[in-house]
Amino acid sequence: MEIRDGAGRPIGRVMAQVAMVMNLDKCIGCHTCSVTCKQAWTNRSGVEYVWFNNVETRPGQGYPRQYEDQERWRGGWRRTGSGRLVPRAGGRLHKLATIFANPLMPSIQDYYEPWTYDYENLIVAPLGDDMPVARPRSLISGEPMNIEWSANWDDNLGGGPEVAGGDPLARRLGEKVRFSFEESFMFYLPRICEHCLNPSCVASCPSGALYKRSEDGIVLVDQDRCRGWRMCVTGCPYKKVYFNHKTGKAEKCTLCYPRVEVGLPTVCSETCVGRLRYLGVVLYDAERVGQAAAVADERDLYPAQLDVMLDPEDEGVRAAARRDGIAERWVESARRSPVYTLAARYRVALPLHPEYRTLPMVWYVPPLSPVVDALVETGHDGEAAGNLFGAIEALRIPVEYLAELFTAGDVEPVVGALRRLAAMRSHMRRVNLGEPVDEGIAEAVGMRTAEIEAMYRLLAVAKYDERYVIPTAYGVDEADRGVIEEVGCSLDFEGGPGTGGMGGAAPWGEASGRARPATVENFHALRVRQSGEKPSGSAKRVNLLNWDGRGRPEGLFPKKRKDGAEAAEEGTE
Amino acid sequence: MTWLDYALWGVLPYLVLLVLVGGTVWRYRYDRFGWTTRSSQLYESRLLRIASPMFHFGLLVVIVGHVIGLLIPKSWTEAVGIPESAYHLTALSLGIVAGVCTLGGIALLIWRRRTTGPVFSATTVNDKIMYLVLTMAIVAGLATTLLSAGADLTGGHGHDYRETVSVWFRSIWILQPDVAAMAASTFAFKLHVVIGLALFTLLPFTRLVHAFTAPVGYLFRPYVVYRARDPRSTTRTSRPIRRGWG
Ligand code: HEM
Ligand code: SF4
Ligand code: SF4
Repeated sequence: MEIRDGAGRPIGRVMAQVAMVMNLDKCIGCHTCSVTCKQAWTNRSGVEYVWFNNVETRPGQGYPRQYEDQERWRGGWRRTGSGRLVPRAGGRLHKLATIFANPLMPSIQDYYEPWTYDYENLIVAPLGDDMPVARPRSLISGEPMNIEWSANWDDNLGGGPEVAGGDPLARRLGEKVRFSFEESFMFYLPRICEHCLNPSCVASCPSGALYKRSEDGIVLVDQDRCRGWRMCVTGCPYKKVYFNHKTGKAEKCTLCYPRVEVGLPTVCSETCVGRLRYLGVVLYDAERVGQAAAVADERDLYPAQLDVMLDPEDEGVRAAARRDGIAERWVESARRSPVYTLAARYRVALPLHPEYRTLPMVWYVPPLSPVVDALVETGHDGEAAGNLFGAIEALRIPVEYLAELFTAGDVEPVVGALRRLAAMRSHMRRVNLGEPVDEGIAEAVGMRTAEIEAMYRLLAVAKYDERYVIPTAYGVDEADRGVIEEVGCSLDFEGGPGTGGMGGAAPWGEASGRARPATVENFHALRVRQSGEKPSGSAKRVNLLNWDGRGRPEGLFPKKRKDGAEAAEEGTE
Repeated sequence: MTWLDYALWGVLPYLVLLVLVGGTVWRYRYDRFGWTTRSSQLYESRLLRIASPMFHFGLLVVIVGHVIGLLIPKSWTEAVGIPESAYHLTALSLGIVAGVCTLGGIALLIWRRRTTGPVFSATTVNDKIMYLVLTMAIVAGLATTLLSAGADLTGGHGHDYRETVSVWFRSIWILQPDVAAMAASTFAFKLHVVIGLALFTLLPFTRLVHAFTAPVGYLFRPYVVYRARDPRSTTRTSRPIRRGWG
């Protein structure tokens, strides 16, 4: 059944993506997001050096060092002469031929060598004239080490021009740029996995362990399928797949899928001090992805990606979404999506490095602050529309730098976004000061005054529910939120020491074998278990931690079988 | 033939086969999370980039050589007109080159493991035992080849394993082990076979299982993999995901 959109264009397979926008003007570089993410996901050995969320100062080298230098790392996709896409690091045969030693694998030093300190020395050092010190010790080799680099070595331009000069974008822009940066230009760039529409990490995985979830577009690593071929690390141009050197498996940002599934924002969004992150559903046409990612001119990638996104207000799009099995709840959610609004309606959010051709889905509102700062420093009014518009045109350097980040070097969309932000800024000043509304400001950027005010509300005062518009996962309604989240033993994960809890129906315990899909049956079992009066599972089990070791309490051993079948006592009275 | 011959060539192969198959199935079912190369490239790249391809490519040739030498009866190669001398010469020369590559590669890998701090601290007892048996198997195998070549050079006739070991090897699969054929081979071959059996016994329980999941499927699948959170949801729509290009 062919369905067309309002403009008469046929709509292919509609898919949904949970996407993010970050408003860079509001980032204060506090790293709260990185720390909370690390506490939630990567505070284990093997991933000491891993930050699923990191915040880098721009200009700066980034983390891992100079990851944006694709001449060297060869991440993302390359368009061949015939217009096809192949992973930049090589196609399938090439990958297999170099599988025994990956020639493009970053070393731990490219991230940084994680360390701890010899705290013990503070206590056990013999009495003497010198203060005992805790020397740094490598978490990789266990040897004492000198700390020479870390994930944020060049925070706030630390290290000066020598370090910031290693920024691959600044290098491309040339010598004079670097100098100007130090005088007037610095901002923070928080980064997570982009959960790309055309993920090159997935394409690089020889065992097919990486996949894009068809319901919400989250890109995940199947830990049971990953064989440690470590090709994904090379494939991702953003270097957002990491190798766990203890387990020998790849790990990456999960977009906090267990939270997103129940309608909660990611940890980094939830804890962001600047409240600058937005989460929402974007509908897109999967059949346009390949073409969009393969447009000839890199500068067309940003408009091509916009074109892949579908407008949920369009009747045809909604019909096509229904046809392709997208839940009504999701379509409704897409209509309220702040991400779609900022990216496609107001066009103030831009993708990060579209030239990698992965169609990234974490977009950024570029910072206007460098322009405002420059104006204020030179004694001008940083909120007058005329001044701001003029400065955006005049300050080529920050604008060109932003264009290198967000639009493959095309300054026009960046200027457009900055002008809309500038218009918002001066319009809202007039409103706050009670000055008459100047319709000319909005008109100058092709918007209406009401739109500017709506955009202001979204960017400045939006509440939790407006910033995070996330439908719950399939089969569960808004009203069920919280019920499916079982409050269980945290050790009861697969293979964990808690394996075998709750009745032990399976030979290796309840949690053995493959994960059980959610069904009506176990949904109800869970509800009974959670709201029941007695402990769940085999009610007469003995908690060995509380047992004093004497006697033979009832329930220490499973009941004798009466009729040959397991004495099943699962709590469904 | 002694009782030892029966035990080694009549019973042992089946025990090893049992452990190899059973162990692999068990490991796949209960330890998929542990099924990995445990790559150490994050720690050290320079030596690995020489050693690992040298070892693996050498080994792949060696494996192909084993398959041909053990599975294809002598009468077949002769029937298609490959004279014994030509076969022998090719097998020996290729075997020596591949064997030396493999041995050189594994020597370099072990040296790297011992001398690179982080790689050494990531080495388990399991790895050490595996390396010991693997190296012994390669050394013993290369020794049989060199002995054979030595015999040729001195004008004598080396032992033709295609009339002993290969016959025995094929007989295992039809459940009628030809113990006599194996017992008739030389000590060097017997040693190599025993070490090889030991390696197969260990295999399912070491990192070597990565070889069983060599990713050949990669050549035949589309680049981007989609998977449903809820497997039933794929049936909600009969339309497959097409992306507009391969
Ligand atoms: C064709 C199938 C195979 C593939 C694709 C493969 C691939 C790999 C890869 C990617 C590594 C990790 C290297 C690193 O980054 O540290 C590795 C390591 C290793 N492989 Fe294989 N392998 C294969 C077959 C084998 C076989 C048949 C054996 C031996 C029986 C073997 C023995 C080893 C050993 C001993 C190591 C450890 C090297 C070290 O780090 O010291 N591999 N292999
Ligand atoms: S940003 Fe994320 S989805 Fe995109 S290629 Fe990298 S790891 Fe894959
Ligand atoms: S928590 Fe928010 S404000 Fe702080 S660094 Fe992260 S993104 Fe920026």
